[in-house]
Amino acid sequence: MKTAKKKSAPRTSAAKANVRTPAPHARAVLSDLLVSGGARLVDLTQTLSPDFPTIVLPPEFGQCRPFRMEEISRYDERGPGWYWNNVSFGEHSGTHFDAPIHWISGRDLPYNSVDTLPTAHFIAPACVIDCGAQAKADADFLLTTALIKRWEERHGRIPAGAWVLMRTDWSKRNDPIAYQNLDDTGQHTPGPDPDCVRFLVNERDVLGFGTETIGTDAGQAAHFAPPYPCHYYMHGAGKYGLQCLCNLDLLPATGALIVAAPLKILQGSGSPLRVFAIVPAK
Amino acid sequence: MAARSYDDVVLAAPVTVPYVRYSTHGAHWFLGRAVADLLAIAKIPKQRIDGLAVASFTLAPDSAVGLTQHLGLTLRWLDHVPMGGASGIVSIRRAARAVQSGDAEIVACVGGDTNHTDSFRRNTASFSQFAQDAVYPYGSGGPNTSFALLTAYYMRMHGATREDFGKLCMAQRNNALENPLALFKKPLTLDDYLNARLVADPLRLFDCVMPCAGAEGFLVMRRGTAEKLGLPFAHLLGAVERHNAFPDDPIQDRGGWALDRDALYAQAGVGPADIDFLETYDDYPVINVLQFEGLGFCPDGAGAEFIRANTFEVTGTFPFNTSGGQLSVGQAGAAGGHLGIVEAIRQLSGQTLGARVPDAKHGLVSGFGMINYDRGICSGAALLAAA
Amino acid sequence: MVFWGKTVSQVAKRPKRKNPIERTQLPTLPPATRSRVALGLTAAAARGRFELQVCRDCGAVQYPPREVCRACLSQRLLWRRQDGAGALISDTILRVAQELFFRERLPWRIGNVRLDSDVNVIAYVHDSVGAPPCRIRIEAALDRAGQAVLVAMPERGRPALSDDPKLREMTCDPRGRKILVTDGKSAIGQASARALAAVGSDLIWIGIAEPWKKAAGFDGLRELPQAKVVPLDVTDSSSVRELAGEIGGKVDIVVNTNDCHRAFSLAARRGVETAQLEMDINYFGLLRLAQEFAPALKARAADGAANAIAWVNVLSIFALANYPPHGTYSASKAAAWSLSQNLRADLQPAGVRVINLFPGPIDDEWDQLEMPPKLSPAALAAALVGALKGSVEDVYPGDVAQDWLARNLESPKTLERELGETGR
Repeated sequence: MKTAKKKSAPRTSAAKANVRTPAPHARAVLSDLLVSGGARLVDLTQTLSPDFPTIVLPPEFGQCRPFRMEEISRYDERGPGWYWNNVSFGEHSGTHFDAPIHWISGRDLPYNSVDTLPTAHFIAPACVIDCGAQAKADADFLLTTALIKRWEERHGRIPAGAWVLMRTDWSKRNDPIAYQNLDDTGQHTPGPDPDCVRFLVNERDVLGFGTETIGTDAGQAAHFAPPYPCHYYMHGAGKYGLQCLCNLDLLPATGALIVAAPLKILQGSGSPLRVFAIVPAK
Repeated sequence: MAARSYDDVVLAAPVTVPYVRYSTHGAHWFLGRAVADLLAIAKIPKQRIDGLAVASFTLAPDSAVGLTQHLGLTLRWLDHVPMGGASGIVSIRRAARAVQSGDAEIVACVGGDTNHTDSFRRNTASFSQFAQDAVYPYGSGGPNTSFALLTAYYMRMHGATREDFGKLCMAQRNNALENPLALFKKPLTLDDYLNARLVADPLRLFDCVMPCAGAEGFLVMRRGTAEKLGLPFAHLLGAVERHNAFPDDPIQDRGGWALDRDALYAQAGVGPADIDFLETYDDYPVINVLQFEGLGFCPDGAGAEFIRANTFEVTGTFPFNTSGGQLSVGQAGAAGGHLGIVEAIRQLSGQTLGARVPDAKHGLVSGFGMINYDRGICSGAALLAAA
Repeated sequence: MVFWGKTVSQVAKRPKRKNPIERTQLPTLPPATRSRVALGLTAAAARGRFELQVCRDCGAVQYPPREVCRACLSQRLLWRRQDGAGALISDTILRVAQELFFRERLPWRIGNVRLDSDVNVIAYVHDSVGAPPCRIRIEAALDRAGQAVLVAMPERGRPALSDDPKLREMTCDPRGRKILVTDGKSAIGQASARALAAVGSDLIWIGIAEPWKKAAGFDGLRELPQAKVVPLDVTDSSSVRELAGEIGGKVDIVVNTNDCHRAFSLAARRGVETAQLEMDINYFGLLRLAQEFAPALKARAADGAANAIAWVNVLSIFALANYPPHGTYSASKAAAWSLSQNLRADLQPAGVRVINLFPGPIDDEWDQLEMPPKLSPAALAAALVGALKGSVEDVYPGDVAQDWLARNLESPKTLERELGETGR
């Protein structure tokens, strides 16, 4: 796969070519929902806590820091009337957003860091693909193009600018060991196969891909061709990732709007965030 | 070269500030009281005392200097003598040469201490650098530890028994029964002594002195001064001191007197057979035995036989610690080494408080002190005579 | 016969459970004051050595410690190792003592020893020593105040200090005790847990972080009858606090095996992420553990026969002198060493001992490229257990550690140059 040519990326957040305004479909859904008064909000975010696992890399590489809290004061001699903490975390800890600059294939795209993303992308419709049963049977289950096409037969074509969220019910695994699901051969969690990713990028122009697991790619994606295809293709095309989501089982297959706005970190590659869905009443 | 004679140096005005077990007063109170009593007995105003020798463990942060201003004295001779139970003897030697040479006319020698409920522990814990570093951390037993080791050794090497030591303690108690100032008032039976509570094997309760508060004092002057003041007195015939004798002995099996007794008797012009009574420094019974041997009353190692062959009451074959000694009177800190001197002056000048040695002409007083590490460093003796 | 998974002998040796309505005894200490020159005895005893001053000019051995030679007044006195050979010439049993520590523990046996080097020593006497006169051998030990004391041991045979119930308190004997091994996953942690189990500890909490990451050999640890795996992540203050809240009041010995070891000099790894991880585990981990567990240990320092007694840190000889190929790791261990001195001062008034091990390279993945000799994790664990059973504070296990220690004592700057130029 050819690498993108080096371009200098302007450091403004103004909308330009290759930047999408909210899809007409999204605007319509949003205004309908607000007018009708029949929407509910669903939190798709895991709590940021020190117990939440982070991605495991071989120890000779730099590691993503897990979420940590250090109390500054708690109505005590360190601060009599107040309670507050210093927190620290890697950009890719907990429920988090991946920006295109995170991957080598997206390194030179314009507006590729969390501080330069178009604000309009922070609200987008979601297509939720239920793979719960398959993931339960096989931890290494891979979403395929065929499965996506079958989903589209029931729910309609995936619109451009939508999030594709792979529901696996993996977030219901409360035990961190089961959640990480590591063994001697690495992590075993479900994800998309390379062909499926290429389809979503090239044929459907999605906004990004979201999962309930650690990683938008499957746990064994290091062995795919190319390795980590979801990161490689999505970010290489200026698209995004969402990971460690939960409550996808409370969303309809279509019709929900995702609000996902990462922290505005200077040249950030991603960040933990509060991501929630606005779901129509019926 | 033999030391010079003490000529006409005399000791007078024996005073004892009554002992109490505990006191809230400081050492200055007891020492001040001793000086006041000396002035009262000698019927002299304070300005007549122009020399002062002080021994005390609880005067800190003062030394003799602080006490001088505390008591409002003006002196032309001053000495602080930190030698424990040898301080009395050493004070005599210093004061005698001072009055002999004219550096002072009347020297007051006082020893005394206060005693609070925690005094003994605090004094022992900071007694000396060697004790702090190499003895106190091992059980914090203080001098009891050192003397238990010494007593056990002596008993093993020389065949002395607990009964031998008990005999000395009982005799001292009998002598004390007639001393109105003694803290111990009841007779001591052998059974009491042998079965008393263990302190540090083989030492039991009645082998150990009772620390208390109090003071002892006397005046040193030339005979002419004493006669002008109309004071009864005792002659100083001889005095010796020795520090750190026999440093290579593995354990203290003999005291420094062995090195100096010949010189003492030569200076005094009398021998052991002429001695009518002996006042030893008796913080533990075994030390008495080392003094019998060291001062030439029996051969080295033959102390047990000597004890068995004699009686030690005031009327016995060998009058010994005639007011009861520290073991029956009490140990008022540094005054312990002055107690025997004051008693000797009383016996020789007809001013006894209690039992009297009949026809006492010559008395020997011995001092010992300062278990700096594992042995008493200081020793001394003074030979006195009736006028 | 087996009761609830334990053999009869294991059950029989277990200390009796404490009556929970009784007030916990507060710690007292033996007299701790020493002159500066006498602290030379403690400095040697901390490393398990009996040393006395020897005069360079006349050869006389000195005791008690002093400033000038007792024989020739020379000021050139050097501390030298002694064999301790001598004779017990008198002894006593102390039954009355002035300090609370001894009053609580009477009676004590004390003796007067004449060393063959012509000095007299007042010493504790091990109960296996016969009545005087007899030949003995003096050893140095650390008392509960952390100061050196001398003990007369029998001339022949090598009884342990802890075989004498009076002297056992000078050791941190793990037998019958409850121990926290803070990182049980690493090879060192696993070896330590096994070694402590083998010498009869009563219960071993084995701390593990990131339970989703498995470690080779770890599952076998769960089969130890004393083992209890607990979550403990020393980079997470709340994890340390929660575990301390749960077990802090029961821990007798903390064994801090947490060791994040990366093999980078400061120039070989751009950015501070790796060095931050080393510091967060090696230094801040110790800080978190100390803040949460030290108060509980101090409160139980006199709690009967199974009292809180020690804190062990697995440091590194690289803490003494930076090893540039592992430069940032060395700095993190040096920081931990400094902090452990703070911890030692903090625990000293309660009589809880801090023991530091300074091994050279371990035979593990991070020292893969180091030339032998390397210390096996089992050998390090054996040194750890030996330190607890003995009476020491600073342990330098293995040939490389001993070599660097000797060179550092001689001239730290020379060692720095050698390590900087040749890495050896």
